[in-house]
This record gives sequence, structure tokens and C-alpha cells, in this order.
Amino acid sequence: MARVGDTRTEASTAGVQDTAVVGPGQEGGDDAARAIDPAVAERLVLQLRSICGEEHVVTHPHQLRTYESDGLLQYKVSPSAVVLPADGDQVRRVVRACWEAGVPWVARGAGSGLSGGALPVADGVLIALSRLRRVIEVDLDNQRVVVEPGVTNSAVSDAVGPTHFFPPDPSSQIVCSIGGNVAENAGGAHCFKYGFTTNYVTGLTVILPDGELVELGGKEMDRPGYDLLGAFVGSEGTLGVAIEITLRVIPVPEHVQTMAAFFATTEEAARAVSGIVADGVVPAAIEMMDQLAIEASEQAAHAGFPTGAGAALIVELDGSAAECEARFDGVVRVCEAEGATEVRIAGDEAERATFWRARKAAFAAMGRIANHYYVQDGVIPRTKLPEVLRRIYELGDEYGMRVANVFHAGDGNLHPLVCFDTAEEAERAEELSGRIVEACVEAGGSITGEHGVGFDKKRHMPAMFGEPDLAAFQRLRCAFDPDGLANPGKVMPTPRLCGEVPGLYREHPLERDGLAERF
Amino acid sequence: MVPAVSSPRREAPAAQAEVADLLATCAREGCRARVAGGATKLGWGHPLPDPDLELSTRALDRIVEHNEGDFTAVLEAGVPLARARAAFAASGQMLALDPPLGDGAAATVGGVVASGDSGPLRHRYGGPRDLVLGVTMALPDGTLARAGGRVIKNVAGYDLAKLNTGAFGTLGAIVQVAVRLHPLPQGTCTAVVRSADPEALAPVSAALAHAQLELQSLDARWGGGGGTVLARGGGAAARQQAEAAARVAEERGLAAELVEEDDQLWDDQRRAQSSADGVLVRVSGVQAQLEAVWRASEAAGARSVATRVAAGVSYVCVDDGEGAAAAVEHLRRALAPSPCVVLDAPAAVREAVDPWGVPEGAELQLMRRLKAQFDPAGACNRGLYVGGI
Ligand SMILES: Cc1cc2nc3c(=O)[nH]c(=O)nc-3n(C[C@H](O)[C@H](O)[C@H](O)COP(=O)(O)OP(=O)(O)OC[C@H]3O[C@@H](n4cnc5c(N)ncnc54)[C@H](O)[C@@H]3O)c2cc1C
Repeated sequence: MARVGDTRTEASTAGVQDTAVVGPGQEGGDDAARAIDPAVAERLVLQLRSICGEEHVVTHPHQLRTYESDGLLQYKVSPSAVVLPADGDQVRRVVRACWEAGVPWVARGAGSGLSGGALPVADGVLIALSRLRRVIEVDLDNQRVVVEPGVTNSAVSDAVGPTHFFPPDPSSQIVCSIGGNVAENAGGAHCFKYGFTTNYVTGLTVILPDGELVELGGKEMDRPGYDLLGAFVGSEGTLGVAIEITLRVIPVPEHVQTMAAFFATTEEAARAVSGIVADGVVPAAIEMMDQLAIEASEQAAHAGFPTGAGAALIVELDGSAAECEARFDGVVRVCEAEGATEVRIAGDEAERATFWRARKAAFAAMGRIANHYYVQDGVIPRTKLPEVLRRIYELGDEYGMRVANVFHAGDGNLHPLVCFDTAEEAERAEELSGRIVEACVEAGGSITGEHGVGFDKKRHMPAMFGEPDLAAFQRLRCAFDPDGLANPGKVMPTPRLCGEVPGLYREHPLERDGLAERF
Repeated sequence: MVPAVSSPRREAPAAQAEVADLLATCAREGCRARVAGGATKLGWGHPLPDPDLELSTRALDRIVEHNEGDFTAVLEAGVPLARARAAFAASGQMLALDPPLGDGAAATVGGVVASGDSGPLRHRYGGPRDLVLGVTMALPDGTLARAGGRVIKNVAGYDLAKLNTGAFGTLGAIVQVAVRLHPLPQGTCTAVVRSADPEALAPVSAALAHAQLELQSLDARWGGGGGTVLARGGGAAARQQAEAAARVAEERGLAAELVEEDDQLWDDQRRAQSSADGVLVRVSGVQAQLEAVWRASEAAGARSVATRVAAGVSYVCVDDGEGAAAAVEHLRRALAPSPCVVLDAPAAVREAVDPWGVPEGAELQLMRRLKAQFDPAGACNRGLYVGGI
């Protein structure tokens, strides 16, 4: 779960809020700590400089600070060096040099991740991909675009618009990189209908941890052999670095129709969500906000949502005009039948934008309600929404903390925001957030729907996966990274080496300190 | 287990753990196991000697969960796809996988996922890799390993479900899958565009792939000197969609016929992607290559070509006989670098040409390392897969 930090600051134009840390910065990240001979490290830095140029290798402690966290600020680790290669070939040489030196590395896109995925490894190298920003090829005839990993998510759709678009649309899309989207299998508000990043990647050029270049897939689909693409997407930077990405893009929908419906309770709204889907409608998006989220959002976005409402649903249908029209009335009827107190239909693009502004403002606007909050990311089967939401509010009462919910209801992907006011409460808020994700797993769901496991959630992995499952994951990892150099200490709950007998594991330094067992 | 027996030992365990046990025994004793579902695709891949152990998923045939409100289901691998689809249809839902089902409609869910096979519905819903949410594997180390989940959105852990989709059971046996379901479209209607001129027909197919139509399926067919493009609407506005598709064709100078009772048309398309007596080649191309695929197929003496237009995937059927291997090689040369995989074919053809055609290189090396990680003893379908994996 992510502490997005000091919410008193306004949301930045990028849609990603400014952040600041409260309380003592927590150590983390380096459970794969290995002793690296200083002489080796020094030689490596010289080599990195000769590959990327003096000015593209950062080692000064002050400058390193920029890179010590990703979007999840409570963990900080300073790498020994940050390197900013200019192109894929420099990435290859950097990775190769690390391999030769036996030094671990972490790839970093825009650093907007919310699970500590791009948290550096102490004594390791951070490979920042922000200079790899070329759109290599736009091939609309074949509905493909080929980009470097540092290109932002929005820039991909810009490159293929206005006729086509790239459907995965994380709220962070103006800043987050396609490489990060691939590594996290990013989703967004529209993935209920359109799917996730993994459904749109057809080719990757990857630098394996030994510095070898391998092309997985291409522009074609259904290629013979193991679906290594499918395995790489969502692997959180632990299998290699993607230096070139081929994406499928699709025609923009002919028609979009959006409505906002308000309910007295989240329970009614949740029943409406199920009712709409049960009717055979596949909306492009179904987003829910609860009362606290509406209240916060109104203070920032002034969309005119009724602040007394217990829940708001934003439902968007898109596709052919005929299909939208045939379906839209039915959606309105379901909302009314479930007790909607009001249904507003966007009459034009401006009104539609207002609805979405209200939705998108909700996160950042929490600052008007509380000083700080943690963002949780859990998934439940959609039909369990009423009971799990009830459970979340009960847990909030138990902890004496307010929890706001603003989330992708169609997917059952919850983003509970645990609010707290003082640094002293941080620990309890974190505990509450952990209890919430446990409730998701108990309901048959998942510990993460889009933010990834990274460093932050690996301790929850055993709630979902048993030892044989984890051992199978490790087999995949070892095929790509036998030396354990790629983003070590992420995803897997306990560090393990390739070839190690499953079940044996080294104690996590945080466990030893009694820090990681707080959940 | 007695190795090197002339007829394989046959097992059809009813418990998932038993599959893992049998694979582990097999791995220990250095024997070869062949995992089979409906046994409809045993003629795919490198021809192999009889296995020591024939492991059928037939008895793993439970529909474990059908979560109607969530549009998800959990199925054991041996459930015949036809049975699963019928069960979901009763609630107005569908598992959007419609590959050819083989003799007696025997294809099982596990077999379809393991072979990565799909049909015309993939245009709108994707293939097995896009519909499988989670998987349970029986591994040759004797364990049952799960990956993914049974919710429609989930990024926890590595996506072993995709890794095993299309892996032909070479990393272990799929014993259970969780899948996403979709609403069963209430009605369908297909616009059929015919022409004997590839230069007129290919642009219509391209225009339809780029139109804002949200078709359920978009296929093409070529053979006997003429071709067809089929655009199927599905759902509340099926007919309007087909009409809009017809207009797209008319704007490009070709007339279209609208067919409401269209099941037969699509059954024919699915039939054209399998062959009992010929040699079937799957070409993984790109959209703009369609005309080139038609021409290369004609030059190779193909009977017919069925294409998923937007996916760029074509199924080319050539006659079996002396020229079959040469025809495959012609397709590979003419369409390089698009992969051409031999699917249904007599063993002699699959001996004469490598059915997979994956060149040596870094990608194949990586696949070999993966195989070595999951199945070091080579118990699972050894030799069947790409590069002889
Ligand atoms: C305000 C806000 C809103 C958000 N909303 C959403 C949302 O709606 N949906 C969603 O899915 N996520 C969301 N996120 C999370 C985040 O934006 C996504 O996870 C995004 O995909 C991360 O991209 P990035 O470039 O910032 O990656 P980083 O944070 O830099 O890295 C993420 C992971 O990817 C790896 N990585 C990066 N580049 C590469 C590469 N080229 N090759 C291999 N590995 C690589 C890193 O090692 C790391 O493990 C949100 C974040 C914020 C701050």
C-alpha cells in the first residue's frame, strides 16, 4: 500500500501529486544485500561513465537522493550509482558491465510506481530509462506502434491519434513510462472493457541480466514457442530491461456516453454495478466514489456532485453509436431500480470531462480531509463489493480512522484510502491498510490489481500463494536471471537463490529487525 | 513404471494431485509422459515415438465454479469446451473460445489452452491467453502450482497462466484454469462481401479492421480463385453493425449481403482452420500482409486460406502428398519473417519439415532454459515443441 504522502499539497498538473515524507523514513529494499568489493564498484562506475558519458552517471549523494524512492515514499534506498543511458545499446552495455562485476541493478521508468518496484538496491546500480524517449515507428496499417521504454503512456496514444489509441490508461498516464506499464502490467479506468497492458504488447526487445539481447514476439501474434512476452509483462523489472516495445493500438470508439448516478449507500451502488454487468452490458468504465471521496473531490473539483450522497457511480459506455444507444437506457433503469437518487447524463464533452475531473480529483483532494493517507490496491470478485466495503468501514471504525473509497468497480479493483493526521498514526494506518488487503484475499481476490507487488507487498504474497506456487515463480525467474541481479528483493516474499532447495530461505533483514512482521 | 514398453501405460486420474504424482514418478524414472485432453491435437508438433505414459485429463472434468455475477468460472482441464460453453449459455454467458473442437467435439478446455488455439471470436475477445485468469499446473517435481487468480484483474506474482498457454504441456500439465466469461450476444448478423479480385477485397478487409465497428468477428477466406470477407455484428445492435460494415464495403466498390442466420458461415470458417486429410499451416502475419498471404498460398497450391483479419493470423490448407513439404517451405520463404507453423499434418510431413520453424537464437535458448527449469528430466511431452524442446 502506498503512502502518497503529504496531501496538503495540491495535485500537480501531471496528475501525480507532490509528495513529502511524514515520520521517520523507513529503511527498505536491500534484502538482497551482497557485499560488493569497493574496488569492483569503483571500476564499474568508471566503465559506466565510459559507456554513457561522465554527465550521465550520478554518484553524488545529494543527486542520488532524487532516485531513492519511487512513488511510494516510505521506503528509501540510495544506490551506489544512477546511470542514464541514451539508447538501447547503452542499456545493453550497462547491464553487461553489471553482470561482469556481479553487481545488481534496478530499472526505473518514471518512478511513479506505488509498490516500491523501482526502489534501488544499496550498492547496486539504478538504470534510469528516462532518456529513451523515441517513438521508433508508427505503423497504423498494421495497428502497431514501436517505442522506447521511456515514452510516456499518453505519448503513445498521441502518436497514433486521432484515429487510434492505446487503451490502458493509468491515472498517472501523463508521467508514467511505457516500460513501467509493461513491467507492472498497468491498467486504468477503461480496462474493464479493454483489458490491460498485457493484452496490447506484441513484441519486446529485452536485455537479459547477462547483457544478452533477445527479441520476444514482434508485430505478429500467435507466434510459436513459449509466451515469454506474457511472462515478461507484469514481471516488475525482475527478468530484464525492455528497451523496445511493440504495442497494438485500436481504432477510437465511434461514440461515448457517460453518466453519473448517485445513491444513498455504497451497497446500492454496488448492486447497480452488478445489475448493469448482469444485463450483458460491458461498459468502458464503471467507477465508484463513496461519500468521503465525493466530499473531498467536491472541495477540489467543484463538479457539483451532491456531497450528501453515499455513493456516486460514473458509468461510461463506448463503441458503435447504435450499441451505446441501445444499452444506455437499460443502464439508467438499473441505477434507478437500485435506488439511485439522481442520474445525470453528460450532454456534451464538457460535462463528461466534469464527471471525470471529479473522479480523478478524488485522490489528490483527500488532503482537504486528512493530512496524510495510504493508497491500498486490492481486488475482489465484483459481487463481493457490498460485503467487503462494509468490512472496510468496520475496520476503519475499529481503528478510529476514516477510509475513503474511490475505485474501478467493474473490475472489483478497490483503492481504499486510509486517512490519518499525524505521523504517530502512520503505523496504525499502515496496519489497517494491510488488514484491508487481507480482507480482499479472504473474499477470493488479490493483493494487487495494478500497482504490483514490488517491495511493499511481497510480505502479503504468502496470503495468496503457497510454497509450490512460489517455487514455480522462482523457476521462471531463474531461467531469465540465474545470478539474481535484476531487481533483487522484489516480488518474492523471501529472497532465494537459483538452484536453492525450495523451502530454505534467508531471513529478511527487516524481519530480523522485527519491522516486516507488523502485518 | 516400466520404461520402453511397446504400448504406453494409460492413466486418467480423477484427482489433480495424482497427475503431479504420476509426472514426478515419470521424471524420476526418466520416462516420457504425454498429457492429452480430448486427443484432438495429437497430430501437432514434432512426431514422437509412443510415450511411456499416456496421461489423460478425461476424468478431471468438473466445472468447479461458475460465478455468474462475476462472469468467471473455474474449470478442470478435462472439461470438454463444448460442455462448458453449453453450461454458461444456459445463464446467458459465454466462454469466448471457439476453436475447431475436433472429432466428436472432444476438445477440452485444458487442451485448447495448452495449444493456444482460438476461433473467430478472438477478434473481439482475444485468445486463450487473454481469457485465462489463473492456472493450476501439475509439475514434474510432484507439486501442484497455482498462478494468477480467479478475479478479472490481478497482477500478483508471475503470469504462469500465459506462460503455459500454448506451451503444449511441455512445462507441466494444466489441471485447472480460471477463466473470464462474457455476455452471450443476443443476436448476430453477418455482412458477407465476395470478390474474385484480391486487389478489391483486401482493402475492404483492411478498412473493416480499422472501422469503429466493434465487430464480434472479422474473417476473410480465399480459395478456388475467389474470396470472401465476413464481418459479424453481435449484441443489441448486431444488424446495424453488419449494415455499417456493408457500407464500408460499398464505399470501396463491393456489394455486401446481410445474413442473419449466420452460424453456418462461421462453422465453415472454423472448419477451414483444421484439416483431417490435408496439411494445415498457421501463418502469423500482420494485417497489411493479407494479399501477400493469398498470393503465396495460391502459388503453393493451397486449397483455402481462412484469416482472422485484425489479428493477421491465417490458416492455410494444402493437400497432403509429395508436394506438401515443398508447399510449406514455399510459404515460409514467401512470407518471411512471418512464422508459418504446421498444425494438422501427417507425421511424414512433420518429419520432412520442422513443424515449428523457430530459428536458433537467443529466444530459443531462453525457452530451453525455461524447459530445463520446469522439466529438467524431460518428462512432459519431450521433443514435441519448438526446437525439439
Ligand atoms: C497518482 C498515481 C496514479 C496511478 N494510477 C494508476 C492506475 O490507474 N493504474 C495503474 O496501473 N497504475 C497506476 N499508478 C502506478 C504507476 O503509475 C504504474 O505502476 C506505472 O506503470 C509505473 O510506471 P513508471 O514508468 O513510473 O515505472 P517505475 O515506477 O519507474 O517502475 C515500475 C517498475 O517497472 C520496472 N521497470 C521500469 N521500466 C522498465 C523497463 N523498461 N524494463 C523492465 N522493467 C522496467 C521497475 O524496475 C519497477 O519494478 C499510479 C501512480 C500514481 C503516482
